[in-house]
Amino acid sequence: MSARSRVALKIAVWVVALAPLAGLLYRYWTDDLTANPIEYVTRELGDTALRLLLASLALTPLRILFGLGGLVTLRRLLGLLAFFYVCLHFAVWIVLDHFFDWHTMADDIVKRPWITVGVSALVLLVPLAATSTTGMIKRLGGVAWRRLHRLVYVAAVLGVLHYIWLAKKVLVQPWVYATVLAVLLGIRGWDATRKVLKRRRPVLARTAP
Amino acid sequence: MRLRYSDVTPEQFYVSRRTFMAGAAALAVVGCDAGTDATAAVPAGAPLKATPNPAYKVADAPTKLEAATTYNNFYEFGTDKEDPSRLGGTLKPRPWRVQVDGLCAKPRTFDIDEILKVAPLEERIYALRCVEAWSMIIPWIGYSLSALLKQVEPRPGAKFVEFTTLKDPEQFPAQKPSFLGFGSLDWPYTEGLRLDEAMHPLTLLTVGMYGQVLPNQNGAPVRIVIPWKYGFKSAKSIVRIRLTDTEPKTAWNKAAPQEYGFYSNVNPTVDHPRWSQATERRIGEFRRRQTLMFNGYADQVASLYTGLDLKKNY
Repeated sequence: MSARSRVALKIAVWVVALAPLAGLLYRYWTDDLTANPIEYVTRELGDTALRLLLASLALTPLRILFGLGGLVTLRRLLGLLAFFYVCLHFAVWIVLDHFFDWHTMADDIVKRPWITVGVSALVLLVPLAATSTTGMIKRLGGVAWRRLHRLVYVAAVLGVLHYIWLAKKVLVQPWVYATVLAVLLGIRGWDATRKVLKRRRPVLARTAP
Repeated sequence: MRLRYSDVTPEQFYVSRRTFMAGAAALAVVGCDAGTDATAAVPAGAPLKATPNPAYKVADAPTKLEAATTYNNFYEFGTDKEDPSRLGGTLKPRPWRVQVDGLCAKPRTFDIDEILKVAPLEERIYALRCVEAWSMIIPWIGYSLSALLKQVEPRPGAKFVEFTTLKDPEQFPAQKPSFLGFGSLDWPYTEGLRLDEAMHPLTLLTVGMYGQVLPNQNGAPVRIVIPWKYGFKSAKSIVRIRLTDTEPKTAWNKAAPQEYGFYSNVNPTVDHPRWSQATERRIGEFRRRQTLMFNGYADQVASLYTGLDLKKNY
């Protein structure tokens, strides 16, 4: 991929990813955040965070299936944008929803499994965001860095679980996210298994009678 | 001092609501088959006369009409809070009949115009507490359900009352079969009360709100309002009221029994399995409020539950 198309792609990602935030600000400006603005904003931010996180996990499967290797360059940007929305989502919960009522929030984190897993997902994403710079990749070394960044799979599963557990069972959206995540992780699993088998095959061929 | 709705609802909200409804009507026309007069089904908000009953009021100011008519749950139209107001145009609140039967001496089917005349219409300002921990203050119009029930003369064996909402996928689009049953309850929506709860003067057979005929999205043409219970107990667009000797199966209890009990009294000390019920957000306010026992109606209804374990009977 040429440098120019890479820049164009990145600009497109910035625009698409920040559109939901711009939408919220516009709705705030025009007093159109529904009758329950805090709930609406929390939901929008959480939704966007999950979508971006799933988008960041979709790049490797796209490379595996369609050979679109160039897109992997967007992974860090998408991951950081997802983290940005997770932080906004969390900040709204602390400031607008509970207005610094630490006691109630701590209680919720301990007592409500959907909040427990939500906060856990956020905590898991912190070291990933902190080590996302090129300097940190070099400092950790490729192998250790990759191992650390596998935490994103756990964070994504917890994030989707957070949504499934908070929503009423009759709602379809959380299950759509769960399905997408399962497909994305499934493609990775299939690819990894295939590679392992490929490596073994010559050995098997030699030992065959 | 008596507050008028124009005092609590700034004019731009009326205006923007009208613009919104006009837009919704236009959209409905575009989206409909030729020959369907969608505009006629959009609620006009016709005025409805009622005498304010000073015995039933709340210290707080009523919620803005705009909020009360655009933010609510009515799964027959969809699962989003905006769906009822956006899609409510398909409901035809007239003609309408309500069958009142079961264990009673004089079962009868009432036309909506008869229902309006069973007792004088009162305006009562009630607090509404949703199980999702938000609340509103709404001036309803109606009369005590007991007045209607007395007309059919319940038999001594009657212990419960079951309410049934209209089942008609043409009028309630979300009742159509959906993908794997998502977004769907077991239609028709049914709710129920013990007979003593149903006969309690607070239990309101409701035909209007904010000085107007009940809008479609709020359960036109007739619904129940039980202010000391979570909102979902107050069945909307009712077509049948049945007196029975067994506890009726209720819609949300069937969907998630561990989350929504038969009683569902507002109770800050009994948490929903997934969230606390200790506080609530009053629509239009920023900070959460403490939720009151029986939604503030404890002095009137607590005696109904003497000796009942409210944690077990959530």
